[in-house]
Amino acid sequence: MSAAVQAKAASRLLLSGNEAIARGVWEAGCKVAAAYPGTPSTEMLENISLYPDLYAEWSVNEKVSLEVTIGASMSGARAFCAMKHVGMNVASDAFMTQTLAGVVGGLVVAIADDVGLSSSQNEQDSRFWGRFAHVPVLEPADSQEAYDMVKEAFDLSEKFNTPVILRLTTRVCHVKAMVTVGERDPRAVLGFKLDAKRWVMTPANAKSMLPKQIERESALRAAAEVSELNVVDAGSDRRIGFVTSGPAFMHLRESFPDAPVLKLGFSYPLPVKKIRAFRGSVDQLIVVEETEPLIEAELKANGMLDVHGKDVLPRLGELTPNVLIPAIYAFRGEAAPPASTYPKIDPFPRPPTMCPACPHMGVYYTLSRLRKRVQISGDIGCYTLGAGHPWNALDSTISMGASMGIALGMDKARSEETKDKAVVAVIGDSTFLHMGMQGLLDIVYNRGNVTALILDNRSTGMTGGQNHAGTGKGLHGEDAPRVDFVRLVEALGVRPERIRKVNPYQLPVLFKAIRDEIEQPEPSVIITDQPCVLSEFYEKFKPYTVVDKDCTGCGNCINVGCPAITVSRTDIKKRGQLPDVELKFTTIDTAMCTGCHMCVESCGPKAIVPAASVLAQ
Amino acid sequence: MNKDVITNILVCGIGGQGVMTAAEILAQTAISKGYDVKKSEVAGMAQRGGVVTSHVRFGKKVWSPVITPGTADILVGFEVAEGSRWADMLRPGGVAMVNTIRLTPPVVSIGLFKYPDDPVAQMRAAGVTVYDFDAGAIARDLGDLKLVNTVMLGAIADYLPFPAADLEEQIVGRFRARKPAMVEVNRQAFAQGRAAAAERAKAAISA
Repeated sequence: MSAAVQAKAASRLLLSGNEAIARGVWEAGCKVAAAYPGTPSTEMLENISLYPDLYAEWSVNEKVSLEVTIGASMSGARAFCAMKHVGMNVASDAFMTQTLAGVVGGLVVAIADDVGLSSSQNEQDSRFWGRFAHVPVLEPADSQEAYDMVKEAFDLSEKFNTPVILRLTTRVCHVKAMVTVGERDPRAVLGFKLDAKRWVMTPANAKSMLPKQIERESALRAAAEVSELNVVDAGSDRRIGFVTSGPAFMHLRESFPDAPVLKLGFSYPLPVKKIRAFRGSVDQLIVVEETEPLIEAELKANGMLDVHGKDVLPRLGELTPNVLIPAIYAFRGEAAPPASTYPKIDPFPRPPTMCPACPHMGVYYTLSRLRKRVQISGDIGCYTLGAGHPWNALDSTISMGASMGIALGMDKARSEETKDKAVVAVIGDSTFLHMGMQGLLDIVYNRGNVTALILDNRSTGMTGGQNHAGTGKGLHGEDAPRVDFVRLVEALGVRPERIRKVNPYQLPVLFKAIRDEIEQPEPSVIITDQPCVLSEFYEKFKPYTVVDKDCTGCGNCINVGCPAITVSRTDIKKRGQLPDVELKFTTIDTAMCTGCHMCVESCGPKAIVPAASVLAQ
Repeated sequence: MNKDVITNILVCGIGGQGVMTAAEILAQTAISKGYDVKKSEVAGMAQRGGVVTSHVRFGKKVWSPVITPGTADILVGFEVAEGSRWADMLRPGGVAMVNTIRLTPPVVSIGLFKYPDDPVAQMRAAGVTVYDFDAGAIARDLGDLKLVNTVMLGAIADYLPFPAADLEEQIVGRFRARKPAMVEVNRQAFAQGRAAAAERAKAAISA
């Protein structure tokens, strides 16, 4: 884990943005930190948890994590909440009113945008929340700035009685750069003080807070105008000046080292006067922002109609040098330098796959066998990969927990063509606890006919195997109360006869369970109970191998989808009048195989046997 | 050494192959030599058997953490088709150091795509300077497949702006405290990777 935890003050270290923020949070004297995992934000809490003298937790979802930190802030402790961009959609209900009440202990909310979508379902721009909730937004461009700004954010929060958004992107969170660290500020928790007018947001109390929020925003705007986080780098080429924020600044400096740049670290409220003054010093002004034209639109609304932005640059994705250079050259009416000497070679796609022996494969193999009879509403996690090859057994994914409500909607809106199809919802354990439970309750309450598959692998798998309320372990690996999924879904109203727990490696059992439950005219739940192969709970067995002379080339084992199984040779089987069949003879990589036995279940001719038995012959 | 010049190294492979570790070792070596360093990682869904790259940049002052296409000095390919996928990132005169292992993804196994017969030949046809060798064989002969990482770092050691010994020390230093028994075998892996690259470079000149 991060060397930053042990590092003495004034040490200089190579840290990711997330590691640097963790150090900054600890140094700022933060006492309570909470998050739900989500790429690219996850490592902030993971690293914070390694520091002493501070409470840190995995919360069940982002809204709860924010509420925990709001409670801590009300109680006079500095508090920190981290989430990915879409997490803020979940947390926003609490956020939009908290911003009226303000803070006692500084409250910083780090929101990590996945610009470029390395691991997300959308590319929303979290800077909108600053405008929506009337709170300041700080935007670091690299690890050192992330470390500096998180400390600055706590000070700003207390000074202006407001939560502060620290807006990050993947290129800050997951880029390592040099950081000089400092010391911990040992500050005490003040304790909660009764103040109903402030903390009880009845309409009358909230109404009295509204004008204060507007006043605060004016004061923040004045602070942004003079903030040292908003700096002009004069440059020598006055043809085009740039206004930018976040890591786009780094790409811009790389691409145009001589251009004048106004870099906004304190980017909301927007320092319009400062930008207007900068505009006067250059021939043309281009706003370089990831991703939405927020600064650009606000400048235009302030009468700076000759400002350029998204008319020159793409509206989507990262503004890296290979994007900026051709766009700016084109704007100048010049030919851009050639991008690359060598032609692009594109061998084949290599999409993410499930791990060898992943228990999810059994579920999707089974669903793919029932494909014509089911509509499959999916969710967010490793099991979203069920949409891919060879299973093609997932029909929708929208947001965390949405598999349940969407399945109910599909059930209630049937056509002649789909009226006989069973509706299945597939969701993981962590996602079910995050936002899926309410959807299942809705299915039960409204008498929907949905078969819910809860793939309980005791892990928040896709983000790297974090603990949650269903793993029996806490953030620090300590024992924790473990939710009982069977009793939970029973409490939500699923009849006990319709709740089954199944081992997904036993394909015939799983097949029968799913086939039987989709026939039922009422909600049913099937819980698979085998752990993630990357988790501490997984037990490896001895590997299997394919006896080549017994392999008939049927390819059934390939359809399980295990990356340890590959095709060794192919052949064509002639069938007279019938179309030819391609035979695929297979082999198992014994170094990857963990002996889960799933492919053995799929093999008719019993050609898959323990590797040890073949060696012995 | 001229620190005004930025050195760009792109390490690529597949999730679980040790791409991140190799990049981290390169970055730490550059720091020990007094360079400013940035290292970009791809995480998230890519770790599940997908494509993984890490960009390592060092020099006097590094701005962007990503390597612009056509400017990489060295491409380290932990898998041969992955090496070909990123070959266009190299600058003219840059070198691709590629492990010849072929790792077939499920989309190829089920017949949706074909694994190219000879990715190295494709790279050469594109005009790229490629030094390819079986790093896995060297590691296996030394008794531990995990040594592929050290073999590949040894292979690029003579193409860096600092002495090979500095990179070797950075690798060996990691084992000295925790697993002293691994020090000697890592030295051997490093030396054999270096020798394999030198042999391939020589063959390329005489060819």
